[in-house]
Amino acid sequence: MVLLDIFGIQNSALLAVVAALTGFGLVALALWLAGLISPRSFNPQKGEAYECGIPTRGESMSQFKVGYYLYAILFLMFDVETVFLFPWAVRMRELGADGIISIAVFFGILVLGLVYAWRKGALEWK
Amino acid sequence: MYEITFATITNWIDTFLGQYMPEWLVTTVECLLIGVGLLLVYALLALFYIYFERKVCAAFQCRLGPNRVGPWGLLQSFADMFKMLIKELITLKHIDRFLFALAPYLVIIASMLSFACLPWANGLQIIDFNIGIFFLIAVSSIGVLGILLAGWSSNNKFTLIGALRSGAQMVSYELSIGLSVLTMVAFAGTMSITGIVEEQKDLWFIFSGHVPAIIAFIIYIIAGTAETNRGPFDLPEAESELTAGYHTEYSGIHFGFFYLAEYLNLFIVSGVATLLFFGGWMPLHIPGWEGFNAVMDYIPSVVWFIGKAIALSFIIIWFKWTFPRLRIDQLLKLEWKYLLPINLFNLVLMVIIIVFNLHF
Repeated sequence: MVLLDIFGIQNSALLAVVAALTGFGLVALALWLAGLISPRSFNPQKGEAYECGIPTRGESMSQFKVGYYLYAILFLMFDVETVFLFPWAVRMRELGADGIISIAVFFGILVLGLVYAWRKGALEWK
Repeated sequence: MYEITFATITNWIDTFLGQYMPEWLVTTVECLLIGVGLLLVYALLALFYIYFERKVCAAFQCRLGPNRVGPWGLLQSFADMFKMLIKELITLKHIDRFLFALAPYLVIIASMLSFACLPWANGLQIIDFNIGIFFLIAVSSIGVLGILLAGWSSNNKFTLIGALRSGAQMVSYELSIGLSVLTMVAFAGTMSITGIVEEQKDLWFIFSGHVPAIIAFIIYIIAGTAETNRGPFDLPEAESELTAGYHTEYSGIHFGFFYLAEYLNLFIVSGVATLLFFGGWMPLHIPGWEGFNAVMDYIPSVVWFIGKAIALSFIIIWFKWTFPRLRIDQLLKLEWKYLLPINLFNLVLMVIIIVFNLHF
């Protein structure tokens, strides 16, 4: 019984490229088709931002709430730590007690980080 | 034993093509066939999901839903897609053109890549790395980039706020998805998607992993709902506040791509939940019940996979009509103060269960 055998191509990287190109092709094809059959009309009003009906005041690509950055940084920290946990998770049974003790130290630091962020009020949306 | 291996069909095509062409041409033609097949399944599934969601929503509100175009309104979503194709693509004045055009590509490519990772049946899976599930999480997070770019490049205050909210939400809940997947990877002992599914031959992980698997599943389904910007977590496109969120400025088929990717992401989230917790394409087996297992084997694996994925999607759609929309502070509080600590605790619980062999 062959488990993975799509045309016998075993190279998953090649297939990933094929899938990415398919996604690209879908968008390009649909845009081309839409360009062929969709109508075109010109009106200066159409180019304006869709906000309130009156012209936009000020620049829209401007500063925004710093709170979003804080969550992005927190995410980065925890996500990288999750990535480090993955290889251990796969080999957990083979590594045995040694692996669990060393990952427990790592995991403890991770939890301490969360506790620190919590106590500092970084998880509060202000 | 009833087994259709997808490989028999592809092997036949492979030998058939091999008689007439050199090897490199065969590979090219096969890649083309895979691409076309992927495209068709992707588009048809998205159209089905649009129909499915509208029908389910209608049922929850005691309406009929689409029922005019075709029998039971089945052709409604085809009509909708065609309508989107013939709408004008408006060129705006103040946008960043390159990024504006790039955003839909990123969103679609991210969902296409993760879609190609799903195992539909024995051998019917396109991308199968030995780090499959990790690859899946990695590529599906490219979608956030597309959404942020869409909001930023539109040069509109509503889209910017919508995109930032969406980014904060997806990034936060990705953590929960990553950790619950990690819990199941620790249980399975492999990251390969085929490997994870094979491990569940006798008993699905949700049964064999009992308490930690169920907690991981609940967290996964909540985080998955947030990840697809749906249900109670749809505040990036809160209509009353932000017109349509990050895709306000997109018109016609340009908007259609975001729409398509959103529905496909619903399928991908339920598909990943299926392969992690409900055995992928494996039929329901109960140890000891030989007769029952034999009957279950007669149902094709593709039916099992799609059936389980659609059942989970139904639950996710159900959330939308049960819970009111959260505020942004409640949303982030739910993730960082509840789901994340529970998830970390759950991982420890899973390790204890594995070490002391308390699982089935």
